Amino acid sequence: MIQALSGQLLLGLINGSFYALLSLGLAIIFGLLDVVNFAHGAQYMMGAFLAWMGLQYLGIGYWWALLLVPLAVGGTGLIVERVFLRRLQGLDPLYGLLLTFGLALVIEGAFHHAYGNSGSPYPVPESLRGGFDLGFMYLPKYRAWVVLVSLAVSLGSWFVIEKTRLGSYLRAGTENPKLLQAFGVNVPIMFMLTYGFGVALAAFAGVMAAPIYQVTPMMGSSLIMVVFAVVVIGGMGSILGSIVTGIGVGLVEGLTKFIWPQAASVVVFVLMALVLLVRPAGLFGRQK
Amino acid sequence: MRRIWKGQTLFMVWATLVAVGLAAPFVVYPVFAINVLVMALFASAFNLLLGYTGLLSFGHAAFLGSAAYATGWAAKSWGLGVLPSMATGVAVATVLGLVFGALALRRSGIYFAMITLGLAQVVYFLIVQMPWTGGEDGLQGIPRGKLIGIVDLGNSFAMYYFTYAVFLGAFWLIQRTIDSPFGQVARAIRENEPRAISLGYDVQRYKLLAFVLSASLAGLAGSLKAIALQFATLGDVAWQRSGEVVLMTLLGGMGTVLGPSIGALLVVTMEQYLASLGSWVTVITGGVFVVMVMAFRKGVVGEILALLRRTR
Repeated sequence: MIQALSGQLLLGLINGSFYALLSLGLAIIFGLLDVVNFAHGAQYMMGAFLAWMGLQYLGIGYWWALLLVPLAVGGTGLIVERVFLRRLQGLDPLYGLLLTFGLALVIEGAFHHAYGNSGSPYPVPESLRGGFDLGFMYLPKYRAWVVLVSLAVSLGSWFVIEKTRLGSYLRAGTENPKLLQAFGVNVPIMFMLTYGFGVALAAFAGVMAAPIYQVTPMMGSSLIMVVFAVVVIGGMGSILGSIVTGIGVGLVEGLTKFIWPQAASVVVFVLMALVLLVRPAGLFGRQK
Repeated sequence: MRRIWKGQTLFMVWATLVAVGLAAPFVVYPVFAINVLVMALFASAFNLLLGYTGLLSFGHAAFLGSAAYATGWAAKSWGLGVLPSMATGVAVATVLGLVFGALALRRSGIYFAMITLGLAQVVYFLIVQMPWTGGEDGLQGIPRGKLIGIVDLGNSFAMYYFTYAVFLGAFWLIQRTIDSPFGQVARAIRENEPRAISLGYDVQRYKLLAFVLSASLAGLAGSLKAIALQFATLGDVAWQRSGEVVLMTLLGGMGTVLGPSIGALLVVTMEQYLASLGSWVTVITGGVFVVMVMAFRKGVVGEILALLRRTR
């Protein structure tokens, strides 16, 4: 009983870590560029796939992948911002959403064409195999690692944005990019790097996810919808808010799997509806 | 002068629609033509919301799909006639539209799109899990039956002309709505919501009404689809369908009367002829999205209209 419950809660905690990482990236991108990055799920999938391909074809192990893949996918993000998103600035934000939706279809369709529907397993790195017996449950090392690293990366991002000089530019850009540019900050480059960073964060989550979930071309599209709901629940106003909401939603999902498994796939969206009824701006959001 | 020109255009739109529509089943497969009409109706209903009220819903498949399932169930298991079955479907979509609208309209802009997407996922998962929907197989073997007990819809020509008649009726309704005072207010909201509020309009109520109307008409398209194709599948409630209707509207031209129908014709044709390419269809669809957003935001009809205006 306790074993099953804690098992589901652990799973929820892990899912929640991924929600937190992804919604954090979405919030950072949305805050500065005013773009809802629909391709976020596809970029997460690209992260997992590149890690798998690196191992399969080039013999690049997990640790190098964790460093190189986010850089590579983040690099494609820079190109996307430079070539597409920059030209949509000043238009209705819905065009950014539609563009990134189209990009997501292109990326997912291409991977689907190359690798089909079936999933490919990715081995857990050697040094993280095994686990700890906590008495009431068994905790695999890799899962503990995922939760800790996600938390560290999320909190690190929060620290950089809220407490450093670079972060103060970012926050200033969110409020008033024109004024910031007048102060001599290269705002277009900052936009590009910010989008690249958000995308790299998604790819990082993808590499972390590869040993846990099956690597498939569609692994991002179902996830992104849950992450959107997380974003609606938390509101994109605060960085810390998206981290807390992501993990909280993961735990609620895990709890639901234990109590009423059939409802697990919809509970996030029901939660979203409830939050809309009670607090339309989201738990941490400000109504504009 | 402008008035006359507008009257002429309107007449031309209708003349084209009627002529093309009457001849269509002799030129292409009736089932293909039916598919185009159903999707054209779906996209026109969607356009009422996106093009004329400025609300981007990413969950419209929920209305199409739930109406298809409800219609199929009413016709198959309750043994209702064609029209009562379709009315059931439309009623379900309308109620759903009211729920979606009431929730999603609590937020605006980009959040609105994400909320409708999330709510549509709930409908999708419910339909997957409910015992009577046939799960992955969908609802099969929906009877076409006889229209008011006389016209046998088993004949694909009869089915086509029935679909066509419903399409024309709905198209007329949409066009009347756009030209009505209600349509004017909707457009005012799209252009400048704060000003519409300051003029004393209850913007939320107008938006909700537009949303529910759009949902009902999308449901009508779903009901027609279920009767004509005799099945309802998960594909009709999936988010890909919601994306498809956005594409049709964007491709044809949002905020134009004829645009969504042209867009539907193009997309359905593309899917028909490229079906053998498998996943490439997804890539091409995405590519079309990117090209339209980057270069032709007015859509096919919108660009033609702009061109006409320039040369005149």
